[in-house]
Amino acid sequence: MKWNGIDYRLRIEARLDNPGWVGVVSSIFGILFALIVGGFVLKAAGASNPIATYREIFKEGFGTFADWQAGLHAVVTNTSCPKGMLCFGPLSDTLVKASPVLLTALACIIAFRMKLWNIGADGQMFLGAWAATGVAVFILPDTTNRVVMLTVMALAGISAGLIYGIIPGFLKARLNINEIITTLMLNYVAYKWIEYFVVVGPWSIGDFESTGHFPAAATWPRLTEYAKQYPITAGLTIHPGIFLGIVAAILLAWILFRSRWGYEIRVIGDNPRAARYAGINLKRNIILVMGLSGALAGLAGMNEVAALRELNGRFQRGYGFTGVIVAWLARLNPLAAILVSVLFGGLLVGTKLIQPQGIASMLQGVILFIVIGTELLFHYRIELDKVELASVVVENKSLNDNELEEEISRDQ
Amino acid sequence: MTSSDLTVLAITIVFGALVSGTPLLFATIGEIFSERSGVMNLGIEGMMLVGAMSGFSVWSTAVTKWHWTNGTALLVGLLIGMALGCGLSLLHAIITITLRADQVVSGLAVTFLGTGLSSILGEHFVGVATPPPTKFTVAILGGVGAEQVAFVVFGAIFAPLAWYYMNRTRPGLNLRSVGEYPAAADSLGINVYQTRYLYVLFGGAMSGLAGASMSLITDPGWVDGKTSGLGWIAVALVIFASWDPMRGLWVSYFFGLLRRLPLDLQNPALPLISTANNPQLGRFMDMLPYLATIFILILGSREAMRKRLGAPAALGVPYIRGERGK
Amino acid sequence: MTESPFAFEMHGIVKRFPGVLANDHVDFASRVGEVHALLGENGAGKSTLMNILAGLYRPEAGEIHVGGKRVSFHSPQDAIARGIGMIHQHFMLVPSHSVAENVVLGLKQPRFFLNLASVEEQVDALGKQYNMSVNPRARIWELSVGEQQRVEVLKMLFRGAKVLIMDEPTAVLTPQEVETLFGTLRDMTAHGHTIVFISHKLDEVVAIADHVTVMRRGEVTAAAVPSKGITKPQLAKLMVGRDVMFLVQKKKSQPGDVVLATDHLCADNDRGLPALQNISIQLHAGEILGVAGVAGNGQRELAEVLTGLRNPTSGTIFLGDQQLDRSTNWMEISQKLAHIPEDRAAFGSVPGLGVSENLILKSFNRPPISTGWSINTASVRENGTRLVKQYNISTPTIDTPARMLSGGNLQKVILARETSGRPNLMIAVHPTRGLDIGAIEGIHNLLIELRDQGTAILLISEELDEIFSLADRIAVMYEGMIVGELPPERANLNTVGLMMAGTKVES
Repeated sequence: MKWNGIDYRLRIEARLDNPGWVGVVSSIFGILFALIVGGFVLKAAGASNPIATYREIFKEGFGTFADWQAGLHAVVTNTSCPKGMLCFGPLSDTLVKASPVLLTALACIIAFRMKLWNIGADGQMFLGAWAATGVAVFILPDTTNRVVMLTVMALAGISAGLIYGIIPGFLKARLNINEIITTLMLNYVAYKWIEYFVVVGPWSIGDFESTGHFPAAATWPRLTEYAKQYPITAGLTIHPGIFLGIVAAILLAWILFRSRWGYEIRVIGDNPRAARYAGINLKRNIILVMGLSGALAGLAGMNEVAALRELNGRFQRGYGFTGVIVAWLARLNPLAAILVSVLFGGLLVGTKLIQPQGIASMLQGVILFIVIGTELLFHYRIELDKVELASVVVENKSLNDNELEEEISRDQ
Repeated sequence: MTSSDLTVLAITIVFGALVSGTPLLFATIGEIFSERSGVMNLGIEGMMLVGAMSGFSVWSTAVTKWHWTNGTALLVGLLIGMALGCGLSLLHAIITITLRADQVVSGLAVTFLGTGLSSILGEHFVGVATPPPTKFTVAILGGVGAEQVAFVVFGAIFAPLAWYYMNRTRPGLNLRSVGEYPAAADSLGINVYQTRYLYVLFGGAMSGLAGASMSLITDPGWVDGKTSGLGWIAVALVIFASWDPMRGLWVSYFFGLLRRLPLDLQNPALPLISTANNPQLGRFMDMLPYLATIFILILGSREAMRKRLGAPAALGVPYIRGERGK
Repeated sequence: MTESPFAFEMHGIVKRFPGVLANDHVDFASRVGEVHALLGENGAGKSTLMNILAGLYRPEAGEIHVGGKRVSFHSPQDAIARGIGMIHQHFMLVPSHSVAENVVLGLKQPRFFLNLASVEEQVDALGKQYNMSVNPRARIWELSVGEQQRVEVLKMLFRGAKVLIMDEPTAVLTPQEVETLFGTLRDMTAHGHTIVFISHKLDEVVAIADHVTVMRRGEVTAAAVPSKGITKPQLAKLMVGRDVMFLVQKKKSQPGDVVLATDHLCADNDRGLPALQNISIQLHAGEILGVAGVAGNGQRELAEVLTGLRNPTSGTIFLGDQQLDRSTNWMEISQKLAHIPEDRAAFGSVPGLGVSENLILKSFNRPPISTGWSINTASVRENGTRLVKQYNISTPTIDTPARMLSGGNLQKVILARETSGRPNLMIAVHPTRGLDIGAIEGIHNLLIELRDQGTAILLISEELDEIFSLADRIAVMYEGMIVGELPPERANLNTVGLMMAGTKVES
């Protein structure tokens, strides 16, 4: 545009001096905006009143204040939940759902911090579930002590995830193969792997596409098992597995911000050349971080399978991708991920009964998009600029991760 | 098995490979154009799904509600699929080109969005009647539709045309320059942003077309998740094709073959390896395309390092105009 | 003798950038058929002025006349249409494309179908006409730097440029290539072209230019002075504004034990071609070895090999008693080895991490910064606060991300990090590039101080002045080899220039 004879143009420039809270605000703004857009899509899909839909989702996911009040009352008086109220039911379901989400998010966080795009958390989770099932049903006798059984299952899940994560890590470190593709492909391989065992292969019981119920020792004890003594707990499926995620989050936070290894990871993720210069071993870290990432996802698999009490062909796909979104929304901070995964758990639980079913996935996509977009709006300023007509030299320091691959190829 | 049976089987397999591979061809070549301009769009799967769903739903509605002819409805369905794929890629373009955000995350978001949207909006169309293929009178290709043949031919022509455009025309030179060294292109008056927008949108249209062709021509019908990961394979194929459209053609056909094999091997006339008798084998064969992709990337990585044939140099790097001089 | 008409005239040009007045009412004009040098230091405003002439920037005020007519450029294409083309320091050539493809890029015709064969013929013809042939089918990455520059010139000539602006064209050429270039320029002026030659190198300016205009801090201090009628010291004074001191005051060095010894060291560059060939040097404690040479002769690879960023293909490196090879734990020896890298933003610092976290990049693996597996945050902060004060680093807080620091402050952070550990060996690569006079002096003094404390310093630099004033011994690199070594008393521009062009000099 012209003004006073001089050309002006809108220019978008990165705002590098944002205080920390801007990130939080932009995330919140993003979610709200996404909900609005989601409302429109819902309308298009035939839902007549999106706000009512959202309210329903919230109710199913967390319960209303009235529910919580009733629940607290029941706790205090040691009675059961009054008829018609949900009490802590939704909250319990949500926390249960949040647990694998948190673990896969943590898997993504640690990998993304090093600019390793692990999109294969789903596959790693499946492998972890598979290994844990193997232990539960075929390796350890049914009479094993519960604590022992669950521990071994957890170790099996971690190991399987670790190995499955190291494969793409190794390929990247050694041959500089793009991990986005390899982890993605391995997802599908993992899906088929489970299908083979459980649907048509050695683990399926009769005609059912399932391993059948696990021995009791191989399952998480649930709060509802105490319904006799504490009637309020009837129907609450919450289990100790949720602590796995929280502990892992705290551990990961410590690793990232307080340990030497975490420093190395953050330096590599920010500037691989400087990391190399500092003597940090890129290849070893790629493998280690992918291993840890896979291990966390594998643990999510064990968590899930011990809660479901069986492994069948309907083992939920998609946790790995939800983990990506949660990791991103949490700004790659393990502690923030705890909160965000609870929110997402609520979303997943709350949308279970909603028609049409793709809502959760669609909302996730919209949220991610909008959050990226608003993040940029908050982090860039739009300026009216006198037109500078063309570039001369562009010292294009890549905002992206080509640098890691460059550094790896220097070692060949 | 008689030799003529074998011939028929062979032709069926080959043709099946071509049919199965052509959607891949369009998606791959579309993404090749996008990446050659410097923008990586990982949302191919989402765009294909949206294309598949919208194409099918438009066809179905047009034929059943508006009483259009099959042919017209098919064409319009394909066009709508293209348009929607294009629309989705517009989001990606805005975020990565104008707002200069991370291309990986934006591409993933496109996938999520496309997956979710197609799932929701396509619900009514699951299991609905599908386009009937126009039969050929040629006995040897009995069971094959004219639409499929036309589609394969279209693809086989598209690839060399794409190659010629890219390597022997001025717009193609501009495209490649933008992806290699955008500053140089900019300094000579080429609008980098416009160029990238154009080819990202083109890639989206091609992905949409690929998806629509899947639900309308190659395997008519719509189910949730129709493309079952094909979009991701396309992402890998771009790399394996070294960003060259003709190579893209061959690798797409090869993968079409890999996808068809489990189906073809269900033929009970092949008792030894038939998957009808051997469902476990079927599962492993299902894994083949994905494992093959990884394997091919491994092979390709050594070749790339030796030949130094690499990605467009500016791929994945947002373009920022420098300003200050000294 | 009648003077030829003005090819272009610039009057009263004013150009502002945030925080600096780059051109302050500048007048500049050139006559047809002359080589006009625009002389000045870094930051004088000469590139800015020429960018305006070439259509890249719009001035706040002032007029431009080309061939007598007033013009206003909205893009480089406008300038080209008027016959003005600029060749930048950083070539705008697509490396993987051929010469012909680069020449034809961006042209209006042909609009769709490219006829590369015809373009190749034309490029051949043009090359012959101006005596600068290049293979039009060759890929740019296959060409030498001098040849690439020729491609840039041909690109402009192809577009009918009459006025050619060259921004520091000799920065990447050997003296022989510079001579060739000068020959080409004289040919071109004979053909009626006008050349504007931006430079900060006095010798070249005097050698090639008909007239010289000197700029300093955005103003013209001498306008269109005939180059025959002025001496180098006079020009230098106009450039710098004070008597230029060519030597830094320093004591004679007291070299100690051998700190660094390489023997027949060989390495390849990123393209797989040999970059270092049989480099054998010895560096003693308490001395500065200055490595001169045109950039691109292996200096970068030498620095990378010595700091573990690149693996040599053969030969040995000894740091004191310890051999450095693939098995070396570079993190361990980083205590003894300091490195000021060529590109401070690219790999000297971690942009997203805070200043204090950047400062521990070399020391994070050892006490007191870390013990066991964890990092001691208190000692990181203490270290950060102390160094920021000591080196006078200007930053809002010690947690401010490094990417928000100015170039000079970032260099200070790197220096602080590298020198605070009393290293045995320092490898400084172009340490003062892009810095202003004050910062340069500061860094020179720091290097001398380090040397006096016993550090061995390998100084790789393009600035011969810097080498001459700081080095105790001078070596010259050419095409990956050390072609000569001598003490500064015996070094002058001639001998060093010869060595930079490949002639071995017995030391």
